[in-house]
Amino acid sequence: MSELFDTVWGWGEFVWSFQIVQIVLGIVALMVPLMLCVAYLTFAERKIIGYMQVRIGPNRVGFFGYKLWGLGQPIADAVKLMFKEIIIPTKANKFLFLMAPVISLATALAAWAVIPLNDFLGIADEVNAGLLFVLAITSLGVYGVIIAGWSSNSKYAFLGAMRSSAQIVAYEIAMGFALVGVLIAAGSLNLREIVEAQQGNLGFLDWFWLPLLPLFVVYFISGVAETNRAPFDVAEGESEIVAGFHVDYSGMAFAVFFLAEYANMILIAALTAIMFAGGWYTPFPAAMVPDGIFGLLIGSGIHWFVIKTAFFLIFFLWFRATFPRYRYDQIMRLGWKVFIPITIVWLLVVAVMVLANVGPWFD
Amino acid sequence: MINSMKSVFKSLFLTELLKGMSVTGRYYFRKKFTLFYPEEKTPQSGRFRGLHAQRRYPNGEERCIACKLCEAVCPALAITIESEQREDGSRRTTRYDIDLFKCIYCGFCEEACPVDAIVETRHLEYHFENRGENVMTKEKLLRNGELYEDQIATDRARDAAYR
Repeated sequence: MSELFDTVWGWGEFVWSFQIVQIVLGIVALMVPLMLCVAYLTFAERKIIGYMQVRIGPNRVGFFGYKLWGLGQPIADAVKLMFKEIIIPTKANKFLFLMAPVISLATALAAWAVIPLNDFLGIADEVNAGLLFVLAITSLGVYGVIIAGWSSNSKYAFLGAMRSSAQIVAYEIAMGFALVGVLIAAGSLNLREIVEAQQGNLGFLDWFWLPLLPLFVVYFISGVAETNRAPFDVAEGESEIVAGFHVDYSGMAFAVFFLAEYANMILIAALTAIMFAGGWYTPFPAAMVPDGIFGLLIGSGIHWFVIKTAFFLIFFLWFRATFPRYRYDQIMRLGWKVFIPITIVWLLVVAVMVLANVGPWFD
Repeated sequence: MINSMKSVFKSLFLTELLKGMSVTGRYYFRKKFTLFYPEEKTPQSGRFRGLHAQRRYPNGEERCIACKLCEAVCPALAITIESEQREDGSRRTTRYDIDLFKCIYCGFCEEACPVDAIVETRHLEYHFENRGENVMTKEKLLRNGELYEDQIATDRARDAAYR
């Protein structure tokens, strides 16, 4: 028995010695919880928006005859979509038509490579240009949208794609400028070092959201616009036009776009947590964190990163339940004429604050 | 000047957006209106217009005298009536069909009926499984009448004071 165990253990060590195996396992360990989060984010969205509209949302689908407040809903949805036919329009470019959702999802997931989950976890978090990588990869997401619109060979899908990509490109600039502020404040492009620059004894007052408050707001709103979420969802506009760039998609191809949208939401929320809300650091001042189990719970750790990400995600849903859709020209006006000037002005302020070693943040 | 300053201040600090979010935030904790339908049901008015029925007199004689007023008043042309003289000399329907696909449940047939024969019951949970089941024949209508006679009679009696 122990011999068998030793042989299996030996094989395991042999397989583990390949770096690619370690990397793939790391990716799986990150992607599986992430996709589960995506699934349950759709559920949380329906529930929270339902509650805000004085109804209760899906509550029937459960497991094994138990309703469990509808927790089986996302799984039922996924199974339904898997069994639906993927209709490919006759004159569509078949290859690109099927590649577009893959590009969308791949870019949404690839950005997770450089995200540090706590002080040692992360797939490729030692990349020293992590922030640039995130910006580059999320920008590639536009290709999914454009290719989907173009390859459908439908003018409606194409118009939707144009609107969507124009919006994404416009807000990318404001977003980039907001991140320049973070760079100035942290003095590093590595996301882990950005988080570590927010460490301090004052808890949540040490994080960058306070000195970079306008940039924080601009970044988050741009993030909402980037992911084409309400109130910036003119590209999708479910009550006016149907679905925008993915009108011609059905079944799992459509579901992948859906997953990509929600994965992007989680990514934006996680980036906000990392760059403005101190990543995995506890919001409590150092003096308040006791020793022992309770201290582990209150002290810094991956759970605070998850909690902060969830906190920012709730705002995505809250916005959607609250605000009416922006008109297209208003979206462009907000992006170009409001956000970019605000960020540029605040960049100067941040630069001066850093030079003057202000407060608990830059000393 | 002051007004424009105010509006700049307002839009810069997102005050109105925050107000809106506080409203939805408060509604999140409100008591929910949702009714768990098959287990719970909303209260129903005695005047509810659901599935049709034909009534009989207490002695078992059918009320309908084939006057065809309901057929004439029906705005959706859902009612088809054919009549004949019965052996005892009275005029009776040989065919009384209501096509439920055409029917708009307006209740005009019930209003038009001089003998309270055709009525709409409070029964609303019914379905068809085969083509043709949407046509309520005379037999089905009379059977409905027998099934729901108690409720039909009490509802009519309670409503009589307001007619």
